[in-house]
Amino acid sequence: MSTPKIQLIGVKKRFGAKVVLDGVDLTIEPRSSLVIIGGSGTGKSVTIKSILGILRPDEGTILVDGEDITHINGGARDKVMEKFGMLFQGGALFDSLPVWENVAFGLIQGRGMGRKQARDIAIQKLAKVGLTEDVAFLSPAELSGGMQKRVGLARAIAADPEIIFFDEPTTGLDPIMADIINHLIVSTVKDVGATALSITHDMVSARKISDKIAMLYGGKIIWQGPTGEIDNSGNPYVEQFIHGRAEGPIKMAVKA
Amino acid sequence: MTALAHIGRLALFTARALAALVSPPIYTRLILGQMMRIGYYSLPVVGLTAFFTGGVLALQIYLGGNRFGAESIVPQVVVLAVTRELGPVIAGLMIAGRVGAAIAAEIGTMKVTEQIDALTTLATNPTKYLVVPRIVAAVICMPILTAIGDSIGVLGGYVVSVYNLGFTGSVYLKNTVDFAHSDDITSGLIKAAVFGFIVALLGCYNGFNSKGGAQGVGNATTNAVVSSSILILAADYVLTALLFHK
Repeated sequence: MSTPKIQLIGVKKRFGAKVVLDGVDLTIEPRSSLVIIGGSGTGKSVTIKSILGILRPDEGTILVDGEDITHINGGARDKVMEKFGMLFQGGALFDSLPVWENVAFGLIQGRGMGRKQARDIAIQKLAKVGLTEDVAFLSPAELSGGMQKRVGLARAIAADPEIIFFDEPTTGLDPIMADIINHLIVSTVKDVGATALSITHDMVSARKISDKIAMLYGGKIIWQGPTGEIDNSGNPYVEQFIHGRAEGPIKMAVKA
Repeated sequence: MTALAHIGRLALFTARALAALVSPPIYTRLILGQMMRIGYYSLPVVGLTAFFTGGVLALQIYLGGNRFGAESIVPQVVVLAVTRELGPVIAGLMIAGRVGAAIAAEIGTMKVTEQIDALTTLATNPTKYLVVPRIVAAVICMPILTAIGDSIGVLGGYVVSVYNLGFTGSVYLKNTVDFAHSDDITSGLIKAAVFGFIVALLGCYNGFNSKGGAQGVGNATTNAVVSSSILILAADYVLTALLFHK
């Protein structure tokens, strides 16, 4: 059996008295696409941020390519981060920079590539997500939400990452743009040959972009399996979630 | 308890900023950009406030000195007060309002829109990319701004004294130049560099620690201005005591 791309072992994280992750165990195989589903405030974002080192877990271990990255810092952390690309929920584009510099950011700042060469790559990547060259010189604030998502996607894949994270990729988009983004995610991930981890509560999107689905509830993974089996999970929590029923075992958290 | 936690967090933040300051990469391009924003664009506001400060100082000393026949001391007191105290402090407070607020609001917005997290995922250290250029630019620009403000402050005192209080221009200037020591000026410039550090550091710190949405950014901005203003005045006392320790 090959080394998992990402492995979480007993990851726990709490904020003050609130336990958000209560021992998350998760394995993501190379070149697979896993989607974590779960309601708002169940710790999906915290899981992703823990892997990225933006948050530090209180307990547990996170392995990337078999290397323990739970407690590394500084240059070693930057080195590991070069494997990652991420599409943020709100795009998180740098509004002080034009579109092409956003896309080329990781190449210029992270890898010290020359600006001219980085710009050419940025324009290629923008073309991959269906944006023309003239968009490259606009400011992110001039773009619609869907276009910002595309630019965010181009930025995430700019440095040909081995692992790409998608945080609520379709939230806040109209159904057509959501479908376009789903298609782009599937094609770009395949194209780069990357491992993908997404979090969403949009079941249409989850079904489209995943090979495997895991459900996070109460700080634990309560079910996981191939996407095709989600309708026969036999798990009342999963049943309630995927059918969007108000009645069921899941109690909605009030606080984030 | 929360106050202690704040001090601890600020100390850690400062240590991280200083460590990032001395390790590569150094973003020269960003430093120059920040020098433009922090230094060059602050010239009008620093110049104007310095001019009026020098002017009002001349007027007050003339009126106060008049009570015991010492009104001729105006040029000496103006130059001493402006170079040692008012130049750096007024410039510091103006920068706290203009630059500290802008830094906190910009970084705070970047924080709440996940742009700072995005930097991390792009293998870029946010402290190096955002904090270091602002601190370096502020520490370089503040003494320059203060030197210019000092000159304009003295000019303010000169204008009021010559055109309003009946001083002779050449005598006023001679008294100013003869009385001012280089110590007076350098002490003021050292203070200015420290104030620049305080403003940029607290602007960044409050921005990085802003939470929630628009309101959180608003709070961060207020805190940046208030805390750096207070710290400037406190540091001013400490620095004066140290620099003029006899």
